[in-house]
Amino acid sequence: MKDKAYASMIQTARDLFEDLSFEYASKWKSKDKSRRVIGFLPIYIPKEILHALGMLPVGIFGAGDRLPVIKGDAYFQSYICHLPRTVVELALNGNFTGFDGFIFPSICDVIRNLSGIFKLQLKDKFVRYLDFPQNFQKNIGGEFYRSELDRLIADLQGLNGKKMEPKKLNDAIKLYNKNRQLLKDLREIKRDRPQNISAVDYYLVLRAGNTMSVEDHNDYLEKLIELVDKIDVMPEDKIKVIATGSFCEQPPLGLIKTIENAGCYIVEDDFQLGHFWFPEDIPENSSDPLESLIDMYLHKSTFSSAVYEGDQPKGELLAEQVRDLKADGVIFCAPSFCDPALLDRPLMEKALTKHHIKHTSFQYHENLGQFHVIKEQAGTFADMIKLWE
Amino acid sequence: MEIQKENSMIKQKHMLADQFIELSQVKESGKKVAYTFVPGNLTELIYAFDMLPVYPEINSLQSGMRQKSKEYIHEAEDMGYSEDVCSYVKCDIGMMLQGNIGPTGQQLPPPDILLLSYTGCFVFMKWFENLKQLYPNAEVAMLHIPYQEGGKIEPHAVKYIKDQLEKDVIPIFEKVSGNKLDYDKLGEKLDLSAKAEDLLIQVFDSAKNTPSPIDAYFGGVYYIGPIFTAFRGSEDCLEYYQELLKEVEYRVANKLGPITPDGYMKEEKYRLVVEGPPNWTHFRGFWKLFYEMGAVFVGSTYTRVGGVYDDDFRHSSTDPLGSMAEYCLGCYTNRNIPQRIDLIESFIKKYKANGFLVNSIKSCNSFSAGQLVMMRDLEERLEIPVGFIETDLVDPRYYSYSNIKNRLDSFFQMLEQRKSFIVDDDMLPDDVLT
Repeated sequence: MKDKAYASMIQTARDLFEDLSFEYASKWKSKDKSRRVIGFLPIYIPKEILHALGMLPVGIFGAGDRLPVIKGDAYFQSYICHLPRTVVELALNGNFTGFDGFIFPSICDVIRNLSGIFKLQLKDKFVRYLDFPQNFQKNIGGEFYRSELDRLIADLQGLNGKKMEPKKLNDAIKLYNKNRQLLKDLREIKRDRPQNISAVDYYLVLRAGNTMSVEDHNDYLEKLIELVDKIDVMPEDKIKVIATGSFCEQPPLGLIKTIENAGCYIVEDDFQLGHFWFPEDIPENSSDPLESLIDMYLHKSTFSSAVYEGDQPKGELLAEQVRDLKADGVIFCAPSFCDPALLDRPLMEKALTKHHIKHTSFQYHENLGQFHVIKEQAGTFADMIKLWE
Repeated sequence: MEIQKENSMIKQKHMLADQFIELSQVKESGKKVAYTFVPGNLTELIYAFDMLPVYPEINSLQSGMRQKSKEYIHEAEDMGYSEDVCSYVKCDIGMMLQGNIGPTGQQLPPPDILLLSYTGCFVFMKWFENLKQLYPNAEVAMLHIPYQEGGKIEPHAVKYIKDQLEKDVIPIFEKVSGNKLDYDKLGEKLDLSAKAEDLLIQVFDSAKNTPSPIDAYFGGVYYIGPIFTAFRGSEDCLEYYQELLKEVEYRVANKLGPITPDGYMKEEKYRLVVEGPPNWTHFRGFWKLFYEMGAVFVGSTYTRVGGVYDDDFRHSSTDPLGSMAEYCLGCYTNRNIPQRIDLIESFIKKYKANGFLVNSIKSCNSFSAGQLVMMRDLEERLEIPVGFIETDLVDPRYYSYSNIKNRLDSFFQMLEQRKSFIVDDDMLPDDVLT
């Protein structure tokens, strides 16, 4: 049975998810006048740097179906994905008033150009497009990345006058290492006993980690994991799937629920991929912690549609993940008009087919309201695997 | 009616024919082939290794012009590529799957090197990840060009590109070609490029004249042909621009408009600047919609996608790798949105445009995302009439003649009404000005 305490904790995460006025961030900021709030777009940013400078990183993942798009549609043509519309809508409606700046990681042309729109529309805010290296050699891409981070740090320091200190960065790394470990613990439960926490609840908990401070999220996770671990319910007759392609524009909660209700336990997904960007801890006591962040990015980043695959084809890595997790199949679940995800899909499908791994695919947009077709498709996929595999 | 062609056009046609013949004979000649992209292309470097370049997006646009893109795109979509993604990619992959037959009917050779110059377009990276699997025997050289995030070229970005060239890209070329890079040879080519770039800017700037002797969009596609693709850094390229400039000067001297498929443009009624690439599947019909209305393009951003030379950048032998780095960084779609707006504003002012049009391309987020904001910003800054149409690069399903015509009719009506309010300074008597 899932008790009241569990329900209450999930409600906390849901409230944060629903809150488009970012009240948590406002309250956090009001406690100290040197505090700053920095919004960031998907997928990954080195949050440790912000923390070390007394700043709260807040994920901006669009507004899903919780905000009618009125102004945003006047900013983007019909064939551009949906996420930037709700982001612009939030910006123009003043929902980001309490934010001091924004970081746009280099993941696609739309997010890149959205940074330019922010530069024009929010002239009083700090706006930075953060170019991650696509060359992973330390003496080439590593040097470039350090220069990019140095420039970022210099500009962030200007927002509150704080100076970057190695000790503070190491402390932040420790906190985020702990956060990553707790999230991995929760993920392990989700993989082994998916009946203990629904895909929607799990998603909300992860989303909360991109709104709360890392300290609060760590406390929250410790309590929640204890509760989830104790839950004793029988698993249902469902297949185990990996959902992939949703790393930026987020699937609506209804879609996640639909997949699960249609007979698929989601044992791995990339909805909040930034939390799992590194599979292992970042060194915590380095004399040059920035170098640790750089080394991790160059050599330990997870595979992603936003990162050049080099000699490690993503389809093969996905197939390996399926084998490791003993998943029954893969659901490609990508937002419409998402170039990175949709251009990866044929390559990944090909690799999975080669490895005799079952897969299905569909597209969505963040404010999708009808899930009947997806339910049929996911249900058929689950039935096919249950009956014939 | 037969299309009028000038010497420069004929010369370009021969240059292209020779190039494809040379590509079809690599088995005999033993020359190596590099596939690369137009924005941020390193043509001089490729030729310094005596290799031959192939540009997948040029293959796609030519397939579009030859009405082959539809079946190629279907082929790729059957393989699982979404209808939503870039039609250049799908067209190229479809063409490859159907035998890689180039525009001259000859088969294009497979690449020995895939030179991924990832400049101003994220899709390039995905495109090459796809090509990499289709051509498993090719070496891959990745050249990541950082974006001009802050609106200027950062020294650390130049260093990053130089480092990649020196430590990664050039060694791969040396391995494949079996030759060490001859910097003198590279330098000579870069200096030849600079001369052609000077001439190209003179051609573009001829649009300051009234009537404009050039069409900087549809005609511009021809003017940029050699310098954006396989010929930059060659004597042929320089001769092409010398010939082109002569023709332009002749038209200026004789108050002639640009050559269109129906001969010299007759009356110049509207002078437009356009943002976004053209549609290729209906290229001539699309052009006709404008020249029949007396609309000439005096400036375009598409003709800067393979290099911006308006702000004095020129390739140079003085610091060859640094020069190539700055070239890549400066390409139009590698510039941030405020920079793009500034560049368009300069075109509108410099070439005395009285209208600004966006041709929004369904396939190309690198261009399209942000265009509506750019349009509004320019309208506010300059009070210039703005128009908006939508087409695609090579997917004919997204070319709707009636939609485009309706929108253009409204745009031209607006231009006509606004024209009566525009008073040129020269037309006012002196006492009014004082």
